[in-house]
Amino acid sequence: MAERKIVPIGPYHPLQEEPEFFKLIVEGEHVVELEIDIGYNHRGIEKLAEEKHWDQITFLVERICGICSNSHPFAYCLAGEDLLGIEVPERANYIRMIIDELQRLHSHLLWLGLAGHFIGYNTIWMWAWKAREPVLDLFELISGNRQNYAMLKIGGVRRDIKEEAYPVIRKTIKNLYPTLKMFQKAIQDDPVIQTRTRGVGILKKEDGISFGAVGPTARASGIDIDVRRDDRYARYDTLSWSVITRNEGDIHAKLLVRVLEMIESCSIIEQCLDRIPKGEIETEVRDIPQGEGIGRVEAPRGECFHYIRSDGTNRPVRHKIRAPSFVNVATNLVTVPGYTISDAALTLAAVDPCYCCTERSAAFTLTGEKILKGEDLIRLSIEKTEKIKKIYGNDKK
Amino acid sequence: MGIKEKILTKSLWVFHASVGSCNNCDIEILDCLTPRFDVERLGIQLVGSIRHADVILVTGAMNKKALKRFKKVCGQAPKPCFIVAVGICPCSMHMFKGSYSMQSPLDEIMPVDLYIPGCPPRPEAIIAGLAKLINKVNK
Amino acid sequence: MIKDEIKNNLENQIRDWIVKNPKRIYFTIDKKDIKTVAKFLHRDKKMRLSTITGADNEINFELLYHFGLDATGEIFSVRVFLEKDKPEIDSLVEIFRASDWVEREIHEMLGINFVGHHQLKHLLLDDDWPKDDFPLRKSRKNG
Repeated sequence: MAERKIVPIGPYHPLQEEPEFFKLIVEGEHVVELEIDIGYNHRGIEKLAEEKHWDQITFLVERICGICSNSHPFAYCLAGEDLLGIEVPERANYIRMIIDELQRLHSHLLWLGLAGHFIGYNTIWMWAWKAREPVLDLFELISGNRQNYAMLKIGGVRRDIKEEAYPVIRKTIKNLYPTLKMFQKAIQDDPVIQTRTRGVGILKKEDGISFGAVGPTARASGIDIDVRRDDRYARYDTLSWSVITRNEGDIHAKLLVRVLEMIESCSIIEQCLDRIPKGEIETEVRDIPQGEGIGRVEAPRGECFHYIRSDGTNRPVRHKIRAPSFVNVATNLVTVPGYTISDAALTLAAVDPCYCCTERSAAFTLTGEKILKGEDLIRLSIEKTEKIKKIYGNDKK
Repeated sequence: MGIKEKILTKSLWVFHASVGSCNNCDIEILDCLTPRFDVERLGIQLVGSIRHADVILVTGAMNKKALKRFKKVCGQAPKPCFIVAVGICPCSMHMFKGSYSMQSPLDEIMPVDLYIPGCPPRPEAIIAGLAKLINKVNK
Repeated sequence: MIKDEIKNNLENQIRDWIVKNPKRIYFTIDKKDIKTVAKFLHRDKKMRLSTITGADNEINFELLYHFGLDATGEIFSVRVFLEKDKPEIDSLVEIFRASDWVEREIHEMLGINFVGHHQLKHLLLDDDWPKDDFPLRKSRKNG
């Protein structure tokens, strides 16, 4: 039996945008165990929310996570509306859906780029982020900011989408289709991507159910859940779209689910623009009475859950937030062990982790054990791709 | 300014450390590297290891748990090294002020060379900030 | 109907039953029954534990186990009250691993002890965080 060694990743590591610490316990090249240590991003938002006015909280929860900065306010507003028992105007529902789907596009493209970077395909990174820029331009057109849109409030939306913006949105979405089709083809046909992602980091269906996995992570393992369809918030039930599921559970399935979901999102946005009615954009809410409410939405990473409780004053007494990554990151505990270190980088990233959500809320010295340096890990991953590239290159000759 | 600092400004290698951010500033920093903004044409490159860094971009309000690790990481940086606070959080704590898990603004922990406020700052603002840093050093 | 099935099967456990609206149901049980109820909801009725909300009511602690039924979009919130001086409840980790991290979080935030949890250590806070300092308790000021 090979000697057991420890490979630390993080908290500050080129692999990660955010600080978190993984301890890989390896035998030779194989990972046998994984320990996750998080909390470097914990900001105590649940406690802060208890000190803020109901209206201020939409801005606070928006800053839980910069990537899904519409999902958290959305879930919070739905919780507030559940507490009050009110309906929002029809137009507000459509505006909410448009913003939410644009956000899904931007988030999935961002992840696709980072996944490409981890395999050592920086071309995918550059292409995906180039395709993402027009989506950010749409956000700027609609809300005035590239990130943090501040569009939602309890009872409706804060600002309207002007009619002049419709053709711009349509044009951008239309231009996005060929790019997305290209990504889909690349993932399905490229032999190197196939070899790197197929059969790697498999999340079994029963593990997914036990961990309570949500979103694309669950759907790639054959768990057919999507809050947009199941909970029927906004007007998703009146549109025609489908929930993408795959049964393999590996990274390839997760890639494909996300890319196909983007195509569905484009179609949802187009349908929304066709059907959006004229009229009011908010129902006036004067105060929040005593009670409790639950709101949940399908964020790009999965179900985002908010629970609020009011005692009739102008602040909540309890605001519980459960972000999708909180359950998805935990699935790494079963998906990473059993594969090689060079696959670990990709597998850890495959759930589209978002630690600022999870927590909201290679400077380690371990004596007597050989430690791989942080940057070695990405190098290993890139080297593996190069090796595979060479094999396929030789075949063609 | 000494000759060491002047040499640095020819090509800034930046290291990015998030100490409790919401990800927005982090993705805008990465966005600077992608085709639309492409800072590599200006010689600015994101490096994986702090040992290669000329500039440390700090995003997010300082978290108590991250603080110890961050200080350790900063100790490994070659000197001289510039510290840049990206986003309003490291500048003034933003809306996270007064939280039990937050420390203090960055400049109370270590000297800061440049502030780039915004929530998040646009990529243009980040590039303009780095240009100002270079000008300041060259003066 | 799933609501009737739950009502009939858990007749002896359910204390009060509130239907806030057709998709949001709240019911209260005793803390000793939590394992029985969780097993029934997860294994027989195929529900997914969305999360657990822990709240400090000053006179007692309250836990809300939110179970989501994805087929219909209903959320069943199981309410449990714990006494203030010795908050303790059975851990659900052996039934599903979804409760692993969230129980650790509630443990460090509110100081509730989950009996039978295999590693009840800090999840988000630092290891050297003061032992008797629980941030989400109402008596603790922020900062």
